[in-house]
Amino acid sequence: MAGYLIRRSLAGLATLLVASFLLFLLVAVSGNPLATLMANPHISPATIAIARHQLGLDQPLLQRYWTWLTNILTGNFGTSTTGQPVGPELWSRLGITLRMVIPSVIIAAFIAVIIGVVTAVRQYSILDHTLTGFAYLFYSAPVFVIAILLKDFLATDVNKAIGHTTLYTIGESTPGVTGAWPTFTNIVGHTVLPVITLVLVTYAGWSRYQRASMLDVLNADYVRFARAKGLNPRRVLYVHALRNALIPVVTVVALDFATIIGGAIITEIAFGWNGMGQFLYQGLTGPISPDTAVVQAWLLITATVVIVFNIFADVLYAVLDPRIRLA
Amino acid sequence: MPDTEPGTEAGAQPEFLAAESPRGTVIAAPIPGANVGTEADEMAAPSRGQLRMAGRRFVRHKLAMFGAIIFLVLLLGSIIVPIFWPYSYSTITNSFATGPSAAHPFGTDLIGHDMLAQVMAGTLTSLEVALIVAAISTVIGTAVGALAGYYGGIIDQVLMRLTDLVLVVPLIAILLVLSNKFSKQANGPLFVALLLALLFWTYLARLIRGTFLSLREREFIEAEHAIGASTWRIILRHMVPNAAGSIVVNATLTVAGAILTEASLSFLGLGIQPPHVDLGSLIASGEGDATTLPWLFYFPAAFLVLAILAVNFIGDGLRDALDPTQRGR
Repeated sequence: MAGYLIRRSLAGLATLLVASFLLFLLVAVSGNPLATLMANPHISPATIAIARHQLGLDQPLLQRYWTWLTNILTGNFGTSTTGQPVGPELWSRLGITLRMVIPSVIIAAFIAVIIGVVTAVRQYSILDHTLTGFAYLFYSAPVFVIAILLKDFLATDVNKAIGHTTLYTIGESTPGVTGAWPTFTNIVGHTVLPVITLVLVTYAGWSRYQRASMLDVLNADYVRFARAKGLNPRRVLYVHALRNALIPVVTVVALDFATIIGGAIITEIAFGWNGMGQFLYQGLTGPISPDTAVVQAWLLITATVVIVFNIFADVLYAVLDPRIRLA
Repeated sequence: MPDTEPGTEAGAQPEFLAAESPRGTVIAAPIPGANVGTEADEMAAPSRGQLRMAGRRFVRHKLAMFGAIIFLVLLLGSIIVPIFWPYSYSTITNSFATGPSAAHPFGTDLIGHDMLAQVMAGTLTSLEVALIVAAISTVIGTAVGALAGYYGGIIDQVLMRLTDLVLVVPLIAILLVLSNKFSKQANGPLFVALLLALLFWTYLARLIRGTFLSLREREFIEAEHAIGASTWRIILRHMVPNAAGSIVVNATLTVAGAILTEASLSFLGLGIQPPHVDLGSLIASGEGDATTLPWLFYFPAAFLVLAILAVNFIGDGLRDALDPTQRGR
């Protein structure tokens, strides 16, 4: 097990290294940060040359990559075009994004398992068909459509019904709120709608996956045998069947992380959250675009998270299913 | 309700998520020990008779037929309606921000655009892009997957690590970075389609590779080797037809994924650029006034969801039709 973990981590590290180079390259060739300066006739070539030197763009690509990588290893993520260091900003924004992503993943997984089990056990019932219909619908609805429906239609109605603003539709919190309890309710009020959005687009696929997995297990011989032995049907369902049916789903949840971050980018922009997604977006749509340091750091952090989750999924799968040999 | 049972094939991994990739959903690494290529194990090369049987199963699949009809209506509607509709998507009429009426069934926007014309043009663009993406990425994905699966070894390793790399960052993030360079210019549908196709092939490549890895160990392929058939002949005449089921299903689901991703990109303002319109950019421009002029949001959003839903239904129906292990309803 330890050997497997080490080998898997080394492979992950190698992937990350190659990915870091390609991502660096991607940002380097995808746009010229000096384009805005160069388009301005009032800016002299000398000024542009200075800016180019400051950004390190006069150095060869490989050298730039090396400088960037070694700086990051010492915790220096570079400076954005606004002159702010990227590192601290990145971490605080990561915290904001996780406030949306972590509850969403937990709630979506929970709902998906329940719905998956119910629809498998009551296969072809009206309940099954209804829940399947919803799964299809949410699976096919883009994140931003759900976000707009929630914030422009549901939130307005709910707030009107309650009488004061309970569900906020813009931002991750209201600045200037003091006190522990008001701060908490304020943050929750801002988080509810984005989390619902992310849960809806995420649970749909997982619930189908859980249903299929549960059906597989329910038709397996050992479950039939457990029933034949005359065990309590509930015990057969929850102990014999569900435990095994959870294995593939657990790994899918871990492996879907890149997709969830993708959904979070759009959700953040739709709800005006100042998290990671917005950071990337601003880095790409700002006056000086791309904001190289920001975009490169963003991609690297995301790639790291995704690779770690992939390793986690592999290991988890092996731990949960003793049939898998880690040879 | 027809049987839409993704994972009940004997011993197969549950396949719902594994085989669908809207939202660019891809499963980033193979699950160790997971069955690769079970579909191929259970599927002989489709002869004419089998194709006819699959066709019959598809036609009997109510949801799939429903999806196919909706898709055709959307596609033909978005081509035909603009021909006789008095307004084009760029016409500026004298009515501003009016609700749905006889003259403007979908209302008009603040500038005076007729929304019906806009939504039709948007639908056509979205479908056009998605179909191009599916066509290109299916060809690339099949080719890469076939090479990796057929040769195995070092070629397989290199190609698969390459596809892994596309999966370490959310698809939408790479697309945002890539489209940024060009977004100041007018990004046409073809450009956006190529951009998406550049990344969308990886999922199919993985799938085909798995199928091919198991196919190449089979006796009939061995027999082909023995009679001295060329590599091309074996791949094109014997292996690809055996993987045809999963290729077709995934090409379909790629269409759904491409519609979704393209719309998201345009919603964020980095996809299709004016003067072109697509459903994502229509929703983005209607968003600000969604509460007061809801028709600016409802119509494009409904068409978008309907299109994706229809394609997903078709994909599911195709999977059920092409999978002979499917049980009767």
